[in-house]
Amino acid sequence: MESLTPDEVRYVARLANLYLTDQEVETYRHQLTGILAHVQSLQEVDTTGVEPTGHATDSTTVLRSDDSAAPLDREEVLRNAPATSGEFIRVSAVMD
Amino acid sequence: MVNRVSRSSENHYLPAHEIRKKLDSREISSSELTNDTISRISAIDGEINAVLKTTAETALESASAADRRLRGSGPEPGPLTGIPILVKDNMSTAGIETTAASRILSGYVPPFDAEVVSRLNEAGAVIVGKGNLDEFAMGSSNEHSAFGPVKNPWDTNRVPGGSSGGPAAAVAAGECAVALGSDTGGSIRQPAALCGVVGMKPTYGLVSRYGLIAFASSLDQIGPITRDVRDCADVLNVIASHDSKDSTSVKAPFKDFGAKLGESVDGMRLGVPKEYLVDGIEPGVRTAFEEAVEELRSQGATIEETSLPLTNQALAVYYIIAPSEASANLSRYDGMKYGASVADGLTTAAEVSQHTRGEMFGDEVKRRILIGTYALSAGYYDAYYKKAQQVRTLIRQEFIEAFGRFDALITPTSPSVAFEIGAKMDDPLQMYLADICTIPVNIAGLPAISVPCGMSEGLPVGLQVIGPQFGDRTVLQVAHAYEQVTNWHRSHPPL
Repeated sequence: MESLTPDEVRYVARLANLYLTDQEVETYRHQLTGILAHVQSLQEVDTTGVEPTGHATDSTTVLRSDDSAAPLDREEVLRNAPATSGEFIRVSAVMD
Repeated sequence: MVNRVSRSSENHYLPAHEIRKKLDSREISSSELTNDTISRISAIDGEINAVLKTTAETALESASAADRRLRGSGPEPGPLTGIPILVKDNMSTAGIETTAASRILSGYVPPFDAEVVSRLNEAGAVIVGKGNLDEFAMGSSNEHSAFGPVKNPWDTNRVPGGSSGGPAAAVAAGECAVALGSDTGGSIRQPAALCGVVGMKPTYGLVSRYGLIAFASSLDQIGPITRDVRDCADVLNVIASHDSKDSTSVKAPFKDFGAKLGESVDGMRLGVPKEYLVDGIEPGVRTAFEEAVEELRSQGATIEETSLPLTNQALAVYYIIAPSEASANLSRYDGMKYGASVADGLTTAAEVSQHTRGEMFGDEVKRRILIGTYALSAGYYDAYYKKAQQVRTLIRQEFIEAFGRFDALITPTSPSVAFEIGAKMDDPLQMYLADICTIPVNIAGLPAISVPCGMSEGLPVGLQVIGPQFGDRTVLQVAHAYEQVTNWHRSHPPL
């Protein structure tokens, strides 16, 4: 498998919402290439017509009755937020 | 009292069911035991770093309540009533900081308890602290904790295994008799093996994941780390429950995990999958494993070699599925809702998020987020994620077929004993490949236990017993039968 380019690593990092230094881009480029080369071995397995498994136990859609229940306490939840304003979480500008 | 008993004594290495007898006979109270546990941790944990924090105040309150319960007031006491227990720090504890050993969660105080924590509290267990781990449970050596590596109590230059390295090392070092770990690809069983204690991952779904900080949701499962198999069954009886707050939770088709303890393995059919005895397996591990096989054979079990040809592919499946699920689960850490935030000099929410994640996640976590994001990205999804899910189906079928011929499978838990700290840090792929014996079990959602089965170079070796889905009682039965005629689980490091 061909080595990932620095731009490919930066693209994936952007999708992952992850700021990387140039040094990290270089390190991960080599490590990810090695790991992705290893998982290529899956291509040797014939999976024609095989259904994918999401969960190993047979699970069905679980529904609960539509009853209201007490939510978490707002004050307690807000205590964990880095910045708040009244009963809201305060964030930086969401538009550039 | 406290100073007298906090130095090492055989009492520090008793299993919980034997401690429980001392509580019943009033030889010791839960309050004394809890005080002793906390002083033992403060006396020796500087050497091994297994415990991120102790919770003395709430623990002593729980202990007093347990003492009242043991003396007859309130609900009937159970096997864990009054027993100190360490909980891995990726399980939410209301009012107690929970970090998953990540800087991104430093200062985070959950407003709710994980379901397992509620179950322990109801049972009267005494939570004495939070155990160290690889950040977000990603790692096999506990070197990836933001709060420093855990050291193996048998040799403090070596790793304890991971990711539940703190819980396993604490039980091995005589800090507590019982701990809870979580296991996504071997994170309970491998550190239990490397530290010489018992650890079990039950069938996927039997223990609620509510309040477990998510790593890879289709693989994560909570389980006990203990000093013997009896304790393991007792803990599972407390923590396993159907929970409507976890939509993948299933109700056990049996009542008592310990129902088959004491039953002989005479006539049982046990398989040894040859792919687990990999080329790189250490000779000392192979020898200890072969001796364990002979021991079970002498008890009347029929043991045959078998083959699970997709074993190697299970690693590749894991290193696609686990990072993919992790990349989605960890997208919630944005530096805004809770935990750490890097905002200085930044103007937009997007920048705050990118820089908080970039600076606060550790190296291994970022590596896995990148692999997972890549595997799920447009153009690659079918080749990686979907392909891995299809091979997962085939691996599951391979196990189902094997369990048509065998009651259980036995393997080494890890191909090596504990390695030196730093030995594999520069080569993540080599670290991943060492998980070959434990990963397939999570891929197929099976129950498996690791019990001590010998020593190699002065370090513990683990025997793994794997069962079919919901064969948890059989797994415990085989492990217990082995334990009854060996003394490996009674040896402990000189701490």
